[in-house]
Amino acid sequence: MRHIISVILENEAGALSRVSGLFTQRGFNIESLTVAQTNDVNLSRMTIVSSGNDRVLEQIVKQLNKLIEVVKVSDLTSQDHVERELMLVKISSVLKDNVDLKELVEIFGCKVVDVTEKIYTIEVSGKTKKINAFLDAFDPANIIEVSRTGVTGISRGKKLI
Amino acid sequence: MKLNGAQILIHCLKREGVKHVFGYPGGAVLHIYDALEAQDEITHVLVRHEQGAAHGADGYARANGMPGVVLVTSGPGITNAVTGIATAHMDSIPMVVISGQVPSPLIGMDAFQEVDATGITRSCVKHNFLIRDISEVASTVKKAFYIATTGRPGPVVIDIPKDITIAEMEMEEYPETVEMRSYKPTTKASNRQIRKAAELIANSQRPIFYSGGGCVIGNASKELRELTRKLGFPITQTLMGLGAYPGTDKLSLGMLGMHGTYEANMAMYESDCVVAIGSRFDDRITGNLEKFCPTAKFIHIDIDPSQISKNVVADIPIVGQTKQVLQALIDELEDKKLTDISKWWSQINEWRKVDSLAYTKKSGVIKPQTVIEMLYEVTKGKAIVTSDVGQHQMWAAQYYLFDEPRQWINSGGLGTMGFGLPAAMGAKIAMPDRDVACVTGEGSIQMMLQELSTMLQYSTPVKIINLNNGYLGMVRQWQEFFYEKRYAMSYMDALPDFVKLAESYGHIGIKVEKESDLKPALVEAFKQKDRTVFLDILTDPSENVFPMIPAGGAHCDMLLAGRDQMVSKDETDFNAV
Repeated sequence: MRHIISVILENEAGALSRVSGLFTQRGFNIESLTVAQTNDVNLSRMTIVSSGNDRVLEQIVKQLNKLIEVVKVSDLTSQDHVERELMLVKISSVLKDNVDLKELVEIFGCKVVDVTEKIYTIEVSGKTKKINAFLDAFDPANIIEVSRTGVTGISRGKKLI
Repeated sequence: MKLNGAQILIHCLKREGVKHVFGYPGGAVLHIYDALEAQDEITHVLVRHEQGAAHGADGYARANGMPGVVLVTSGPGITNAVTGIATAHMDSIPMVVISGQVPSPLIGMDAFQEVDATGITRSCVKHNFLIRDISEVASTVKKAFYIATTGRPGPVVIDIPKDITIAEMEMEEYPETVEMRSYKPTTKASNRQIRKAAELIANSQRPIFYSGGGCVIGNASKELRELTRKLGFPITQTLMGLGAYPGTDKLSLGMLGMHGTYEANMAMYESDCVVAIGSRFDDRITGNLEKFCPTAKFIHIDIDPSQISKNVVADIPIVGQTKQVLQALIDELEDKKLTDISKWWSQINEWRKVDSLAYTKKSGVIKPQTVIEMLYEVTKGKAIVTSDVGQHQMWAAQYYLFDEPRQWINSGGLGTMGFGLPAAMGAKIAMPDRDVACVTGEGSIQMMLQELSTMLQYSTPVKIINLNNGYLGMVRQWQEFFYEKRYAMSYMDALPDFVKLAESYGHIGIKVEKESDLKPALVEAFKQKDRTVFLDILTDPSENVFPMIPAGGAHCDMLLAGRDQMVSKDETDFNAV
């Protein structure tokens, strides 16, 4: 099962490699990993999408907690939460099939951020499924380049990590 | 007063109560050595190879409970130490390793003797630091010792670039305490879990204690003895736990696992309540997990939450220090009515009659088991015994009945050949008044021989018991059983004359070829209080370690010496290690 794990950790050199190293060392799977500083400059927040059964997940959470720089770990999947991913994608302006790009942009609520003679650059954000659906709407030949951030997430309402 | 980084570092080590540092100098640590030379509170032990420094500090830590301290240079200095660091990590030994690094501006430039020390050691340390500014030296040392010695202990590496050791600053007060929001090891267990565990313990019909290294490292031997005796429960100990509960006690069933006793393994198999105390259900203990303790409920006491339900799902997990948890259980069980387990004991006593450690002597050859039994007799069971890895390690664990914690020092987790000799040296430095024996084999001893030189320089008299059977015995045993006796590379040819070798290092060498010479040689060796004695004992090359649970087997599938034929071509054997 897919899990979104939020990790708060000290914003120190080497902390990222400790987390990614842990996943390879113990054979845990990473679908995506995203990290940036929080409102506290000394802390970073990392969102990891992984998959595995309950025992694997329990180990992932425990092993993450064991890292000295990790302050908090929380499995967002088990709580009411919001998750988002951002994608920048370059689509060929000369579309192979009869896709109406403008219509798609409207339906998916995304933005065209750059236009050149041959290429539209589009910004899409939302759940991973929505981003996949947007890509699926095109013939693969029309998709020139993709850059995705991976998932970030936060719990809803009063509950904090 | 202004001090340079090296002087600050040495000052901090003194404040941590460090008395001995095991190390080897080199370019990146010259300032540190200069500062070390200018004082006499800390003794530096100059090893002959950095792996020896790490094992030496490790043996020192295991013998007296203090963190071992290692000082090595950059590049090959730290890479040589890695095996020793990984060894300490697997067995949760408190250790602080200081490694020099090339000057900060050269980091990343492929400088001479540059290696990414924090990167290389990351997966085999509890934590590591790269110091980036002289102002971080004191706080980093404080954190390093705190992390290494609290919670589940382990090695911590401090990588310190050379320019920082010569930069100067006003020395601030060394911090008395340390507070880290991201590191707060659990110490006190939940009362609710203690009550639930006490309930299960009191109501079990066929209970067994299975205790491990956590009782030795956690200094919980006293509480373990008190609780076990109070309940009258059978207790089996892991390779790492031996001695926390006395091996000669009537409640002790000896070691369990792959080469454990028949009674210990059968009791585990039939038990309805296994209480794991500071042990981690290692694969050498459990054998085939699917067939492990089929009727038991598990109480698992460990300071490291990640060990709980890792291999075996715990019915009652208790996270806390073994010492504190055992005391809480003693209190909780104070007035509890216990189930009568006399029937369980009669069953166990039946298993004991199998006498699974019995072996047959052959005329004309010395049996390795006899050597250990005689070592026990000559040292009256009081020596600190270190070992290397292989058959000799198992025989030492099986036949030397350790009655005290920290008396048995071996590389259980990583299984590092070469560990025994430097660890014995470290143990002797930590406990100079104790007899120290290193049980080894002709394979293992050759991996760290050079430390014989260090042992002469620092007068650390150790008795080396070399069980020389001319084979990498454990490899040969597996090849005999599982590879149709194809002995690939397990024969040790072209061995040195160990007697002359010992003598050339300034020690005493004695060769023992007949059983009748064995006891006099051991007596003579231990009489030489201030000399290292190398006993090269020629033992039966065909002897195997029994009992043995073949890989993939359950605790009830043990093979016994002289009673079972070890022939197996089961696929699981080939996949197991």
